[in-house]
Amino acid sequence: MDKRKMEGKHSGAGSWKTRFNSMKGWLYLLPAILFLGFFMVYPLIDVFVYSFEEGYNSASQTYFGTGTYNYSYVLHDPYFLQALKNTFLLVIITVPLSTGIALLISVGLDSIKPLRNLLQTIYFLPYVTNTLAVGLVFMILFKKTAYSDGLVNLLIQWFGGESVDFIDGPYWAKMFVLCLYTIWVVMPFKILILTSALASVNQDYYKAARVDGTSKFRTFMRITLPMISPMIFYLVITGFIGAFKAYSDAVALFGTNLNAAGMNTIVGYVYDMLYGDSGGYPSYASAAAIILFAIVLTITCVNLLIGRKNVHY
Amino acid sequence: MKVVLRNLTKKFPGRDKKNKADVIAVNDFDFEIPDGKLIGLLGPSGCGKSTTLNLISGLEKPTSGQVFFGEEDVTGLPPEHRGIGLVFQNYALYPHLTVRQNILFPLENLKGKDKLSKAEMLEKAMDAARLVQIDELMERRPGELSGGQQQRVAIARALVKRPRVLLLDEPLSNLDARLRLQTREEIKRIQKETGITTIFVTHDQEEAMSISDMIVVMKDGMVQQIGRPQEVYDSPANLFVAKFLGTPPVNVFEGQVKDGWLTIGKDAVLPVKGAAEGPVYAGIRPEGFLLRKGGAFGCELSGVEVMGRDISMVCANSASLSPAIRAIIGSENMAEVSMDARQVRFDLKPGKVFLFDRRTEERIEFDASAISRL
Amino acid sequence: MNRTRKNDYKRQRRTAGAITYFFLIIWAVIVLFPFYWMILTSVKSYGAYNSESIPKFFTLSPTLQNYVDAFTTVPLARYFVNTVIFTLLTTAVMIVVITLAAFAFARLEFRGRNGAFLLFLSLMMIPNELVIITNFVTITNLDMRNTFQGLILPSVTSVFYIYLLKENFEQVPDSLYKAAKVDGTSDMKYLLKVLVPISRPTLITVTILKVIECWNSYVWPRLITDDEAYYLVSNGIQEIRENGFGRENIPAMMAAVVVISLPLIVLFLIFHKKIMAGVSRGGTKG
Repeated sequence: MDKRKMEGKHSGAGSWKTRFNSMKGWLYLLPAILFLGFFMVYPLIDVFVYSFEEGYNSASQTYFGTGTYNYSYVLHDPYFLQALKNTFLLVIITVPLSTGIALLISVGLDSIKPLRNLLQTIYFLPYVTNTLAVGLVFMILFKKTAYSDGLVNLLIQWFGGESVDFIDGPYWAKMFVLCLYTIWVVMPFKILILTSALASVNQDYYKAARVDGTSKFRTFMRITLPMISPMIFYLVITGFIGAFKAYSDAVALFGTNLNAAGMNTIVGYVYDMLYGDSGGYPSYASAAAIILFAIVLTITCVNLLIGRKNVHY
Repeated sequence: MKVVLRNLTKKFPGRDKKNKADVIAVNDFDFEIPDGKLIGLLGPSGCGKSTTLNLISGLEKPTSGQVFFGEEDVTGLPPEHRGIGLVFQNYALYPHLTVRQNILFPLENLKGKDKLSKAEMLEKAMDAARLVQIDELMERRPGELSGGQQQRVAIARALVKRPRVLLLDEPLSNLDARLRLQTREEIKRIQKETGITTIFVTHDQEEAMSISDMIVVMKDGMVQQIGRPQEVYDSPANLFVAKFLGTPPVNVFEGQVKDGWLTIGKDAVLPVKGAAEGPVYAGIRPEGFLLRKGGAFGCELSGVEVMGRDISMVCANSASLSPAIRAIIGSENMAEVSMDARQVRFDLKPGKVFLFDRRTEERIEFDASAISRL
Repeated sequence: MNRTRKNDYKRQRRTAGAITYFFLIIWAVIVLFPFYWMILTSVKSYGAYNSESIPKFFTLSPTLQNYVDAFTTVPLARYFVNTVIFTLLTTAVMIVVITLAAFAFARLEFRGRNGAFLLFLSLMMIPNELVIITNFVTITNLDMRNTFQGLILPSVTSVFYIYLLKENFEQVPDSLYKAAKVDGTSDMKYLLKVLVPISRPTLITVTILKVIECWNSYVWPRLITDDEAYYLVSNGIQEIRENGFGRENIPAMMAAVVVISLPLIVLFLIFHKKIMAGVSRGGTKG
C-alpha cells in the first residue's frame, strides 16, 4: 500500500500498464503453452491413467476397472520379452561400439589436414538421409533372393565363408545387420560432436606436452581424453537413450511386421499395441511405454552416477 | 529544457539470498540541471549513475520521487513520449541495418500527426548525419565502421528526433585513448551547436572535468557534490570527492590540529585558523607542495619521475595512508634538491590542502587567506 | 646419429599418417557405398539387375525407365507433395510459435516467467514415445486421422528450439532493446525488425534442422495415416517395399529411394556448414 502511495499520481496508470505487460508476456507464450499442454502435458498424465485402466476398449471408450493388470500382461507377453531382449542386445552392442569407433575416427580426423573437411562432410551425410530409404539399400545388400545372394554374401563366399540370409535368416545374422545399420545411422552425430570437442581443446596443452617430451599415446590418455570426457559422457548417455528407442531402423530392414521377424523393439511393441495388425490396446501400449521410460530413466541415473565419479570437468 | 529531479529514489529487491534487504541504487536525489548545459554524472562503478540515467530516460520507474522536464512532470511517461535521445556505451546500433536505416529507425516509429513523409525523414536523417560528420558513411553497416564512427552514428540516431534531453551512457569507454580525446571534443561541439541539455555518465573523472559545464559526483547511490568542475576540484565536499578527482590523486595523511596548526607526524606544517583542535585527515594535492630547503614538512625521498614539463617526486611518510606520496614540482625547482638526498622538505600551498573529519570524512573549513603570502 | 633419429621419427610419422588415412577412407567408403549402390541400382534395367547373379559395380547401359516406373506405378509424386506440404506447414508454424515464446522468455518481464521457463525445460526430458499414445487417441477422437491437421499439430512446438532461440535472443545486448524503447518501438516491432534479423543465422539453422526432421518423420505419420492419399515419403517407401512394384522390382524401388533422398542431400550440400554447426551446437547445449 505504502509503495503505491509513493508512486504518486501515476500509480493508477502504472499498475494498469504493469498488469498489461504481464499479460503480454503470457500472450506471447500462449501458442506454445496451448500446443505443449494439449500434446505433451495432458498426454503425459493420461498415459499413466491408461496404463492402470483394465480392459480399456478404444471403440466404446470404456474400461472394467483399475489395477496393474496391464503391466503384468505386458511383462508376460512373449512378444514384449522378445522386444526387451532385442533392445537390450542392441543397446549393449551399439553404444560402446559406435562411441569407440567415433572416437577413433575423430582422433584420426583431428590429426590430418588435407581432405579433413571433405571427410568430415562425408561422414555427416547419413544424418540427413531418410532412415527408411537407406535401410532399404542395406536390406538389398544383405538379403538373399532367388536371383542373387546379395553383395555381402558374395563377399563372404569370396573369402571362403558360407553365405547366410541376414534378413530372413538366423537370429544372430539379423541382429548383426540391425546393429550395423544402427551404428551407421548414429555415427554422424557422434563423430561431429567428438571432432568439435577435440578441436576446442586448447592447443597450448599439446605444446606444453611436446616440450615435456610426452609420448603421443600418453598425451592422448592424459590430456586429450580427460579434456573431452564430458562430451564422450554426453554421447554415452544420449546413445543409451537413443538406442533404447530404436524402431525405424528395424522397420527399414525387416518390414513393419517386426513381431513375425522376431526383431521387434520396445518402441515397436508400443506402436504395434496401439495400431497395426494386433493394435487397438492403448492400455497395454501405455504400460509398455512407461516400462520403457522407467528403464531409460534408471539407466540414465546410473550413467550419471558413474559419470560423476569418472568425468573430469 | 531544464531537468529537475525531486526526491528521486530507486530501490531494487536484494539478490543476495542471505541478505534480502533492498539495494538502494539511487537515494533521494534532489537537484536541478539547468537548460542547455552539458552535465557529467561521475562516480565509481556501482554508484547508481547509470540507474539515474535510466530514471531520467524512463527505462526504469522510480520507487518514489519525480522527474520534471521543464515544468512538465514526466515521471509516469514511457521513454518514447519523453522526447529523449539515448546513446549507449556499446553504441547499440542495429547490426543488420545500414547507417542510414539506423538513423531512420526512430523516425519510422512516429505515428499519427507526427508521421513524416519519406522525404522529410531522409532530410532529417541527413541533417543529423551531417551534424556528426558521418554523411559519407550512410550506406555502410555498423560492422564496417570504427568505434569512433559507430559512436557518431549512435549520437546521430539519438539526435534525429530533436530530443529535449540527450543522455549519454559512458559514451567514450569503448574508445581507445586518442579517439577518446577527439570524441569528447566532438560531443562538446555538438552539444554547443544544438543547445540540447545533455547528461552523460562516466567513471572517468578527467573526461567529466574536461567537458562538463557541471558535474555531479556520486557514491553508493548518494550525491556527494554538485558544481562546476573547477569548483568541485578546488573545494571538495568530503574526502571521497577529493580522492576521486585529480590525477595523480590527492595525498591523504593522518594529522592533528594542534594550537591552530596542522601537524603531520612531528612537523607542524600549516597554520589552519578556524579549524577545531583534534585528529583530522589532511589531503594535499600533488601540486600543493613547494620544494624548500627549510620547509615545514619533511618526507623521505624514494624516487623522481620526470614527466617533461614537471617532475613528480615520489616520497614516503609514516603518516601517509598510502605508501607513496606524489608531489608535482616545476622542473626549475630541481636545483633545490640534490638527487641523492634522502630527505626532502616542503612548504604547502594552503589552497591545495584540505582537512576532513576523521569520522564523517566531511570537509573542515579553515581560513587560508591569513597566510596567502606563501 | 642425430640425423638417423630424425629420419626414424619422420618415417614413423609418415607410416602413422598413412594408416590413419587408410582407415578414414575405409569409413568414408562404408558411408558412401550405400548411396552409390542406390544410385547404381536405380539406373540398371529390371532385366539386367535380375540377371546379375553376381551384381556388377557399374552399368554400361544406364536407364531412366525405373524413375518413370517409380512415378507411374506407385503414387510417388503424391507422397512427395504430401511431404512438402507437411514439412513446410509444420516448420512455418513452429518457427512462429517458438519465436514468440523465446521472445517472451528472453525479453519480456512478467509474473511467473521463471517458473514457466523451468516447466518448459522439464518438458525437454519427456520422451515422445510416452505422449504419442494419447496423442494418437486424441487425434483419432477428433476425427483428424488422414488429415494434414492431424499430421502437423502435435509437432509444431519444440521446447529445445525455444531454449536455443531464447539463448540466442539473450545474446543481443540489452542496450539495443533500450534504444528501441526510447525510440518508441513496440515489442512486436522490435521482435520482427531487430531480433529476428539479427538472429537469422540461428533461425535458419533451426528451420533446416526441422525440415530434415519433418522430411524423415515416420512413426507419427504411420500411426495417423492409413489412407495412401496422405502418406509421406517414409510411409510411401515402406508401402512400396511391402506392396508396390510386385515386391521384386528392386531397381524401381531404388529409383524411388533416390527421389525421396535427393531433396535433403541437395539441402545438405548447400548448407552443410550451417547444418553441422547447428547440430554440434544443439548437441553441446542439449
